[in-house]
Amino acid sequence: MSGKVLMKGNEALAEAAVRAGCRFFFGYPITPQNEIPEYMSGRLPEVGGQFIQAESELAAINMVYGAGGAGARAMTSSSSPGVSLKQEGISYMAAAEVPGVIVNMVRGGPGLGGIQPAQSDYFQATRGGGHGDYRTIVFGPATVQEMVDVVGKAFELADKYRTPVVILGDGMLGQMMEPVVLPEPIDPASLPPKAWATTGTGGRRPPVVINSLYLDAAECEAMNRRLQAKYREICAREQMAEIAFPDSEYFVAAYGTTARICRMAIQEARARGHRVGLLRPVTLWPFPAEAFETVIGRAKGFLTVEMSLGQMVEDVRLVVAGRAPVSFYGRTGGVVPSSDEILIEIEKMVEGGGSM
Amino acid sequence: MTSRDTERPLGAEVVYERPRALADVVTHYCPGCTHGIAHRLVAEVLDELDVAGRAIGVASVGCSVLAYKYFNVDMQQAAHGRAPAVATGIKRVHPEAVVFTYQGDGDLAAIGTAEIIHAAMRGENLTVIFINNAIFGMTGGQMAPTTLVAQKTTTTPRGRDPARAGYPIRVCEMVSVLDGAGYVARAALSSPSNIARAKKAVRKAFESQLGGYGLGLVELLSSCNVNWGMSPGDALRWIETDMIPVYPLGVFKDRSEAGAEAARMEVAG
Amino acid sequence: MKGLVFFDEDRCKGCGLCVPVCPKDVIRMADRINVRGYPPAEAVEPERCTGCGLCARMCPDTVIRVYRQTPARAGKG
Repeated sequence: MSGKVLMKGNEALAEAAVRAGCRFFFGYPITPQNEIPEYMSGRLPEVGGQFIQAESELAAINMVYGAGGAGARAMTSSSSPGVSLKQEGISYMAAAEVPGVIVNMVRGGPGLGGIQPAQSDYFQATRGGGHGDYRTIVFGPATVQEMVDVVGKAFELADKYRTPVVILGDGMLGQMMEPVVLPEPIDPASLPPKAWATTGTGGRRPPVVINSLYLDAAECEAMNRRLQAKYREICAREQMAEIAFPDSEYFVAAYGTTARICRMAIQEARARGHRVGLLRPVTLWPFPAEAFETVIGRAKGFLTVEMSLGQMVEDVRLVVAGRAPVSFYGRTGGVVPSSDEILIEIEKMVEGGGSM
Repeated sequence: MTSRDTERPLGAEVVYERPRALADVVTHYCPGCTHGIAHRLVAEVLDELDVAGRAIGVASVGCSVLAYKYFNVDMQQAAHGRAPAVATGIKRVHPEAVVFTYQGDGDLAAIGTAEIIHAAMRGENLTVIFINNAIFGMTGGQMAPTTLVAQKTTTTPRGRDPARAGYPIRVCEMVSVLDGAGYVARAALSSPSNIARAKKAVRKAFESQLGGYGLGLVELLSSCNVNWGMSPGDALRWIETDMIPVYPLGVFKDRSEAGAEAARMEVAG
Repeated sequence: MKGLVFFDEDRCKGCGLCVPVCPKDVIRMADRINVRGYPPAEAVEPERCTGCGLCARMCPDTVIRVYRQTPARAGKG
């Protein structure tokens, strides 16, 4: 046995977080991510951790701010409406450079929406989401295994860059069960110390402050420039994407659950003689422009498929920059596109020479 | 001009000097604003309990948004209303730390009502310093939930009319009925004798945390002479003539002592 | 019991809260202004100070330091 266990996505993600050294989780019930707080409520006490069901998603992100600012690996999870409530807190974390992981099991929106899977929070996640010039690192895992793997990576990058990191899943990824290999547990005590964290001066050092208030405009701008320098470094180093059939003439760009469905459509299209590949972003921010550049030269067209009415497609257009036609197909509100629907769009792309 | 703490007259007994936990800076508060007194009382108590080294404060948003500059302890700046949640996160990471929030009435009793109620509901061992000056100060004098009936503010220009803007909110009374509250008291910064009593309450609110009795909350009736349109002295008198009748002073809960009040709470609980 | 009171003049914001609380009327607002542009509080008759500390307790800006000298030492000056 290769140490595989069959686990529900939400629970696998929670266990991976514990194994990544997360000992503080603050959550709130909202379908389709309830198994994460449920799992954490039982698991964290076993490892000397703290679980709180907060009074709101908004309170929960502020608890992450406090715990992260105090030097701990802390996490919160929610789904679309709840994640909207967290945006102010995330903006504060970005500005005060507080690490933390925020999981969004996206559901149909806007408003109360539905509870089925969607990807219509892409803009919110990748454009900062709250007020001010900031970004968060955003992962878009496509399988339960990949979700487990990116959790460890998310905590690592959150600490490395002192920044909030978002994991964008969806209702399907959270609810489905798949066999996974869980990572080796990390002991949080073994993590490098954080001199900037509020631990109490002990009378031995000057006070530290976790703060995002800059009443002086020039100082506020300087803070922003520091953040932008950080983001440039993240863009240069942390892009992640998968390309299937890189020698293709046409590419489908999709992430998460949608990418899995596109794989099936692509296999059928290839069986019909179409030279189509898959370009699957794993990091949604930084957007994997490098991966696109490796295929743009010979690509005759890109089809972006999302469970939304077109959000990532704008990033694809930005990167492709008119060098090839970019078309879009999407379902939203919780409707999951079928591979047959996507196959029809692929054939339109191929037959139309990739016209809009 | 730095303070001349070090220049102590030879052989004299110290009656009063700036507490060590209070930063040696001149605050931004308006002349006569009693925020400065509240800051000093907190610092004095931190010194007397000898816990400044393990204290972690959480500043809120309002006139005291710059509180993180005024204490010689580690501090975090919280979003408006969220200090009790931030403090909860800190306390869970560092249970041995002495964690306190410093919040105004807009922060705690308006946008942050859920956070203070739930921190008390959870019985978080935190200390909350709650400054009630019956107005939004930093933003220029708007109505706060603690504004008195008929009190004029920039958003109640003809005086607060309950038919449209409701009634003053009494935080101590609300929080004290929650089992997780360990110590809840209201004091006033309106006179030297009231300040002495306020300091005892601040100390008890910290001792509630240290003793593990649950949330320690002290509400301090404080002045805002500039936005009230009064002289500093008149503002202190207004606290006593107008605010105290609406916000009675006293201890609403003290689980550290099985006083009658606390006993009754236990029976009701 | 001899009290000694010191005003850190340039910290004072001229709010005057210390003046009425002094039981011996030792304090007055100066007619000059300090570096901040406020008229600072000052001890007009310091010899009458008993070191009770009420002024320092009332001061929002820790302008005032108060000490007490036991009579024996007071004799030596």
